[in-house]
Amino acid sequence: MAKADIINANTEVEKQYTTLNLGPTHPATHGIFQNVLTMDGEVIIKAEPTIGYIHRAFEKLAERRPFYQITPITDRMNYCSAPINNIAWHMTVEKLIGADIPKRVQYLRVIIMELARISDHLICNTVIAVDTGALTGFVYLFQFRELIYEIYEEICGARLTTNIGRIGGFERDFNDKAWAKIERFLREFPEALKEFENLVKRNRIFMDRTIGAGPITAERALSYSFSGPNLRAAGVDYDVRAMNPYSSYEDFDFTIPVGVSGDTYDRFMVRQEEMWQSMRIIRQAIDKLPEGPHFAQVPEFYLPPKEAVYNNMEALIYHFKIVMGETDVPKGEVYHCVEGGNGELGFYLISDGGRTPFRLHMRRPCFIYYQAYPEMITGTNISDAILTMSSMNVIAGELDA
Amino acid sequence: MDSTIQEKIIGILRDKFESEILSVESPYNFLTFNLRQEKIIQIIEFLYTNPQARFQYLTTLCGIHYPEQKQIAIMYQLHSLTNNWRIRLKIFLPEENPVTPTLTTVFAGANWMERETYDFFGVRFTGHPDLRRILNVEDMIIFPMRKEYPLEDQTREDKKDFMFGR
Amino acid sequence: MQATETKKTDIKLVEKPEGYEGAGFFATSLEKVVGMARKNSIWPLPFATSCCGIEFMATMGAHYDLARFGSERLSFSPRQADLLMVMGTIAKKMGPVLRQVYEQMAEPRWVLSVGACACSGGIFDTYSVLQGIDRIIPVDVYVPGCPPRPEQIIDGIMKIQHLVENESLRRRDSPEYKAMLNKYGIE
Repeated sequence: MAKADIINANTEVEKQYTTLNLGPTHPATHGIFQNVLTMDGEVIIKAEPTIGYIHRAFEKLAERRPFYQITPITDRMNYCSAPINNIAWHMTVEKLIGADIPKRVQYLRVIIMELARISDHLICNTVIAVDTGALTGFVYLFQFRELIYEIYEEICGARLTTNIGRIGGFERDFNDKAWAKIERFLREFPEALKEFENLVKRNRIFMDRTIGAGPITAERALSYSFSGPNLRAAGVDYDVRAMNPYSSYEDFDFTIPVGVSGDTYDRFMVRQEEMWQSMRIIRQAIDKLPEGPHFAQVPEFYLPPKEAVYNNMEALIYHFKIVMGETDVPKGEVYHCVEGGNGELGFYLISDGGRTPFRLHMRRPCFIYYQAYPEMITGTNISDAILTMSSMNVIAGELDA
Repeated sequence: MDSTIQEKIIGILRDKFESEILSVESPYNFLTFNLRQEKIIQIIEFLYTNPQARFQYLTTLCGIHYPEQKQIAIMYQLHSLTNNWRIRLKIFLPEENPVTPTLTTVFAGANWMERETYDFFGVRFTGHPDLRRILNVEDMIIFPMRKEYPLEDQTREDKKDFMFGR
Repeated sequence: MQATETKKTDIKLVEKPEGYEGAGFFATSLEKVVGMARKNSIWPLPFATSCCGIEFMATMGAHYDLARFGSERLSFSPRQADLLMVMGTIAKKMGPVLRQVYEQMAEPRWVLSVGACACSGGIFDTYSVLQGIDRIIPVDVYVPGCPPRPEQIIDGIMKIQHLVENESLRRRDSPEYKAMLNKYGIE
């Protein structure tokens, strides 16, 4: 492809570049962000992104709310895999207060987080296929996202913005219906995923479209602080689950897929393989699930059961204090990170001993790696730029917070 | 991170930049250095190139406003992927005129992180290629994350008095 | 799978309006026919900004099919759309863009505000979020929820269908409608 030649050509003809506004409302930008592209025909010379069209001031909002009321805000960051954000926030607070979480809670959390990861990667991969023109995958695989939503509903009551679990564990143990639904998902999903994979993985058209589209080298990716599937597609095997294991991930056996050239095909295949590995982890977690309580002993944060509230004075006082948000938290600063759907999702929490955080900074992976987008698309065609954007899985809620 | 590794990292930094360290602490086992503002970029470059330390990944950088001490702190969090060490560096800038050099010469990813810190706290990063607001509207004059500004928009009308019978 | 006989009377098409029928002709009022035609072929413009957009994607999927209401063809260009579905939080930075998209739509146009954030700002009572899109554009139907279930979004669409069916052909030229648009500053 003579991409670079067109830019370096020394012609005497006077050139006029067109400016194209890939505006905030555009069917191909899956989310609200704008790019003003300067183009020479079909080739992009310069790109200038503008974000902030859905800035909702999460960090300022968090300074106003008691700790458990911040969970619904974290939902709305990466809304395609909301449970991961919720559980990451709960783990941050548990680190701050020094809570000891039982093994059963950790395994249940792993199951939920891996289901959320599958849910996130399903959207990204099917949307990459849609952008190349293959709509079938989207329509068929969204049925399985409905199954995942049903599992969330059984556990916490909500489909998308789940607000799942509590500081200290889960509100209720998984009942039989939830286990039946999880088993049904694990039984039916592999076949559908294999079908989708066979449609696109070795498909000549898909491979021609995606191989070489929007590449990035490992050095540039590290300099831009990439993380998650985008970094692994570039060749660096950095996964928070393996490097800083949390919530008993060290008990599970899974491989981390790593790509070679960091282009769209590699990102697609890394996410695809991660879905298979997630199913493996869920299977292991179900098989090795220990018995035990579904919550930790943190009475200051975990609502007591209703029978105790009506019979026991202490439980009544705890219930009142928690609901009114009057619990004081120890002073300190803590950073906790998990492997979100897009990379290292971190919460940096400073508490000054009051009932709300003094400062909560969210390390959002989408925000950090989207700044490399102009560099990745300079010199490519506009159709490759669209594919690059959808393969980077930029979610507007996480971008702007 | 156990204490031998922490001692090692403190030793590496103390060797060259003893005078810049204000204090060292380790809340929740996470090594944190409070440093002077003047040579922060040299310190980070040193940590980047030092063959024992190799802190070549910038996890995040953010601003923190301490209204009582009238300071705005900048927190840099670095990660050494080869050794799996994480450290935190903090510098303190005066509230009226927070100025510090940019980190984009070392890490390309610091570009938008610094723009976000400028947008929220008003910290000027000298040498930044494109320092302007990123998340808020372009013509905003205040720096909203500072503690003196309220969360809500004071001119909003959604709690209409007649709907509440007032 | 055994093949079963499907009765032809099971298939429900659109009900015909009241009118006078005879051999080879059917007489009814023009408004009723136009309303029936418009109601069953609304072309929506999905203005999906955040989480409600994902619920919209689920509504368009096979489980809660929106296409059976006639909205098979989504229009991403405002010039060719009938219904503007605003789904998700609208920040103050996005307000002028939404306004421009609304102004580009041709009459008759309807607006469906999906989700708590679009209706009233939702849980985000902050300096950067517009507290409801009815600050800048007129809205026909509000669908509350955070995010609303696909069934609720379909309920909102059905209410829009009811509005579309019963709208008078002269409404868009009437002085009351023009006065309402002037209140928003739209000519």
